[in-house]
Amino acid sequence: MQRIGDAPAVRRGLIGAAVALSALFLLLPLVAIFAQAFAQGVGVFWANVSDHYTLAAIGLTLFITVLTIPVCLVFGVALAWLVTRFSFPGRRLLQTLIDIPFAVSPVVAGLIYLLLYGRNGWIGGWLDAQDIQLMFAWPGILMVTIFVTCPFVARELIPLMQAQGSREEEAAVTLGASGGTIFRRVTLPNIRWALLYGVILTNARAVGEFGAVSVVSGAIRGQTNTLPLHLEQLYQDYNTVGAFASAALLALIALFTLAAKAGLEWRAARREA
Amino acid sequence: MSLALPRLTGRRRVLPGFGLSLGISLMFVSLVLLLPMTSLVGQLSGISLAEYWAIISDGRVVASYTVTIGAAALAALVNAAFGLLLAWVLVRYEFPGKRLLDALMDLPFALPTAVAGITLATLYAGSGWMGRLLEPLGLQVAYTWVGIALAMAFTSIPFVVRTVQPVLEDLPQEVDEAALTLGASDATAFRRVILPHLWPALVTGTGLAFVRSLGEFGAIIFIAGNMPYETEITALMIFVKLQEYDYVGASAIASVVLMVSLALLLAINIWQGHFIKRLHGGRG
Repeated sequence: MQRIGDAPAVRRGLIGAAVALSALFLLLPLVAIFAQAFAQGVGVFWANVSDHYTLAAIGLTLFITVLTIPVCLVFGVALAWLVTRFSFPGRRLLQTLIDIPFAVSPVVAGLIYLLLYGRNGWIGGWLDAQDIQLMFAWPGILMVTIFVTCPFVARELIPLMQAQGSREEEAAVTLGASGGTIFRRVTLPNIRWALLYGVILTNARAVGEFGAVSVVSGAIRGQTNTLPLHLEQLYQDYNTVGAFASAALLALIALFTLAAKAGLEWRAARREA
Repeated sequence: MSLALPRLTGRRRVLPGFGLSLGISLMFVSLVLLLPMTSLVGQLSGISLAEYWAIISDGRVVASYTVTIGAAALAALVNAAFGLLLAWVLVRYEFPGKRLLDALMDLPFALPTAVAGITLATLYAGSGWMGRLLEPLGLQVAYTWVGIALAMAFTSIPFVVRTVQPVLEDLPQEVDEAALTLGASDATAFRRVILPHLWPALVTGTGLAFVRSLGEFGAIIFIAGNMPYETEITALMIFVKLQEYDYVGASAIASVVLMVSLALLLAINIWQGHFIKRLHGGRG
C-alpha cells in the first residue's frame, strides 16, 4: 500500500524533527524541574518539602482539590446526562456556555469573583455586614477553582455518552428500572473510565491553578497560600531550590496524569482489539 | 413547565432525570459561570463611556495589547506548523518511543502554569541550560517578547496536536493512493489532497491555541520581565491595576479581554459546527 511520506528519507527526517523538537521544548523543561529541585541533593530537597509553610500550602491545595472534585462530578454528570439524553431548545447554547472557563483568562476569572464577593461587591458587601469573608480566604480559592475546573468532567463525558446513545438506558426503562438504578447499573459502568479521566484532569487543574487563585487568595504564607502560589513566593525570594522542590511535587502530579491517560487509552485500545 | 417542554421538542421523553439534570445544570451555569460576570457590568456602569475609553486606550494598556496579540499570533503560527508535524508523525509512522512522545504531548495541559513559568524562565535565563547556548549567539529569550511567545507556545501546543490527530486518523488510505497513482509528488499530494481535509481542524486547533495564549498568565509572567510598554501582557495589566486597588481600571481592561475571548470562542464554535455539519451530512 502506497502512502504519502513513506519514502525512508522523508520518514526519518520527519520523525527526527518531531522527536528533536519535542525533546527540546517539552522534555527538557520536565528534566530541568527535577534537576533544579535536587541541585543541592536529596537532603535539601526534603528539607524544603517538609518546611512548615510548604506543608501548609500542600494541605490547603489538597483541601481545595478534595472539595472541588465532587462539585465538578455532580455538575459534569448532570450536564452530560442532560445534553446527551434529551433534546430541548438551548442545548447547543448550554454546551457553548460550559466552554467559557476555557476561554476566559484565569486573571479575569479571579477578578469577576473578587468583584462580586469582595467587600465592595453587591453580594460581598452584604456578606461583609454578616461578618462573612469569602475573598482572601479559602472559600474564594475554592470558588474560582470550581470555575476553572468545571468543564473537564462534562467535556470527557459528553462525546462518549453521545456515541454510546441511550438505547441501553431506554431498555432498562421498559424493564421498569428506576432512575437511580438505571444510572448505577447501566450508565455508570459504561462511563466510569471517562469519568475517572475527567476527575484526573480536574485534579490536575485544581492542584495547579495559579492566575485565578492568585487574584482572590491574598497569598498569606501558611494561611491562604496554595502550592503554586507558594512556589511563586519562593522564586521571587530567590530561593530557587525551594521553588523547584514545590514545582517537582506538582510535576509529579502532572506525570501521574499523563500516565493515567496513557493507561486508560491502552485499556480502551485493548478492549477494541 | 414539564407539560409544555415535550411539546416544544415534539418528542416524549423516555428517560428519567430531565428535571433534575436541567435544574442542576442551569443552577450551576447561572451561579458559577454567569452571575460573576454581571459584576463586571456593575463595576463599569459607574463610569462614563469617555472614562471607559480613556482607560482601555491608555498608552501602556495599548502597548500590552500589542505585546499579547503579537506574541500569541507568533505562538499560534509556530504551533500550527509544529502541531501539524507532530500529529502527522504520531498518526502515520511507527517508531520506538512513539507512545512516550504521544503522552508527552499532554504535558503542557497537565503541568501547572506556574511550574512551566519558573522552569522556562530558569532554562532560558543567561545562566540556564538554553540561555547559555543562545545568548552567545545574540539570541536573548528570557525577559523579552520572544520569551512571552515561547511560554505561550509551550502552554498551547496540545490544542493543535489533539485537534488535528483524530481527523488525520480518520482519513482513508485511498486518499493517499489516489493522489500518488496519479503521479503527484509527496509534497504536492500533501498540499493538494491531505491539507484540504486537515485545514478545518488545523484552523480550529490554532484558534483555540491563540485564545488560550491571549489569556495565559502563570506561564508568562516569570519569563516576561514585565517591563511597562515592552514586555507587559494584558493579563498582567489587570493584575497590576488590582494591586493598586483600581478595581474600575482592572474591570475595564478585563471587559475588553473577556469580550475578545468570548467572541473568538463563539467564532470557533460556529466554525467547528459548520465543519462538522459538512462532514456528517447535516447532522451536528
